[in-house]
Amino acid sequence: MIDGNDKNSIIRMFHVHKQYGAKKALIDINFDVSKNEFLFITGPSGAGKSTLLKLLYFGEPVSEGQILIDGMNLSRISRNRTPFLRRKFGIIFQDYKLIPTKTVFDNVALVLEAMGKKRQLIQKKVNSVLRMVGMEERSKSFPQSLSGGEQQRVAVARAVVGVPRIILADEPTGSLDSESANVIVDLLKGFHTRGGTVIVATHDKELLRKTGSRIIHLKEGRQIK
Amino acid sequence: MILFYKKAIQDIRDNGFLNAVTIITISLSVLIVSALALFFVNANDIMSSWKKGISIMAYLKTDIGETALPEIKNKIQGMYGVAEVEFISKEEAMKRLKEQMKGHSSLLADLQENPLPDAFEVRLLTSSADSKKVENLAVQIEAMPSVEKAEYGRRWLGRFTNVFDLFKFTGYAMVGIFFMAAVFIVANTIRLVIYSRQDEIEIMRLVGATDRFIKTPFYIEGLIQGAIGGIIGLAALFVAFMLIALNVEQVSSSGIFQIRFLSPGVLCGIMLCSIFVGWLGCYISLKQFLKYKTG
Repeated sequence: MIDGNDKNSIIRMFHVHKQYGAKKALIDINFDVSKNEFLFITGPSGAGKSTLLKLLYFGEPVSEGQILIDGMNLSRISRNRTPFLRRKFGIIFQDYKLIPTKTVFDNVALVLEAMGKKRQLIQKKVNSVLRMVGMEERSKSFPQSLSGGEQQRVAVARAVVGVPRIILADEPTGSLDSESANVIVDLLKGFHTRGGTVIVATHDKELLRKTGSRIIHLKEGRQIK
Repeated sequence: MILFYKKAIQDIRDNGFLNAVTIITISLSVLIVSALALFFVNANDIMSSWKKGISIMAYLKTDIGETALPEIKNKIQGMYGVAEVEFISKEEAMKRLKEQMKGHSSLLADLQENPLPDAFEVRLLTSSADSKKVENLAVQIEAMPSVEKAEYGRRWLGRFTNVFDLFKFTGYAMVGIFFMAAVFIVANTIRLVIYSRQDEIEIMRLVGATDRFIKTPFYIEGLIQGAIGGIIGLAALFVAFMLIALNVEQVSSSGIFQIRFLSPGVLCGIMLCSIFVGWLGCYISLKQFLKYKTG
């Protein structure tokens, strides 16, 4: 049994394993993430970075081991509580995962609608977040009409609008030019400065160099000390 | 809740073709089922009016005196399923026979003596007018010592009741089949809508949407489809009914076949069933989808 008494940790991983059939995707992962930390998870393709993030937001269950998120033990979380766990996270994907049939505004508003927030509040907050990421002018556009950098800015807006505790970003600059990548990094830094915890999975060395934060290396599913 | 309605209507617009297919399927099923209901309602009316005419004739033995008649009448009246008992004296019977045989009265003119017996005409309650109950009652009446014979339109009644029962059974089976077919098709079209929006649902889950938040617009969509399908189906039936009713009235001005449309109660029932079909189709496909996509 694990103890979740470390008050400074927002994430704790204990001997976490993940297996897909015979294939071991993650082997004995152990680390803590402090509140308001900016952490990188890095490693070559197939090292298990995305799998690790997936386990954190409970996209999939662990095969073995335990994960504590802000005091919630994921092994004991019920299906009904899963959405509330997810609201602790803002998730950013390499392929943005925006809904193509919804406008920029509606894509971002979805998070607050799912939380049951009032219309007026949604209007106010979404506009303010879109202003922050510089996409207010494009609020009525559909994702297909935006560039990759713009779509990722909308994805960041969606990730932060619900004021989550943690941002998980899976290769957020992977398909962007350096200028767009810088904008995204600045937005993530801004969230961090305002007290949020940020975890970025990336193999972008430039990104690592720019931020100079703690790095966890993965190789073939193992954590390299 | 308004948000859910808006989402449902938006979904119907976004998936116009699939929704049109679902609505047409529901309307056709409603049309067929309600046409059957209409047929049975009218056939039942005709049956009831025929059943009202069903009676048993209890012919009395010749040696029964007038003083015994009230007791016999009371006894028959007390039997289960009997609505009314009327005494027909042999004189009255002869009078009726003569009336029926107008033009051939010479055949009866030579009769020295009235050969007809006294009788009781026993009319039945509509609920007891099926062939088995009538037969039982006739046997019971015939078993009375004062009764010579009890007669009714045996074969005619039995055959007709059997045919009607067969129709009824076939009707129930068809209603069941169409109900299942409609649910199956609705479930499949909604499943197609869900699969076409799989990514969207996945994103909703990732941003912390509850199952209720994801499912409710689909349920509303199913209810709207059911309601629209029901209205179209019943409207089509009404138009068809008006056309047929006009023709039938022209053919039969005597008013024997007064056909009527479904009562408001039955219409409401069909509408509720139609809405239920929409909901059930949705429930089945969502249950299957969410079972595969847990977590």
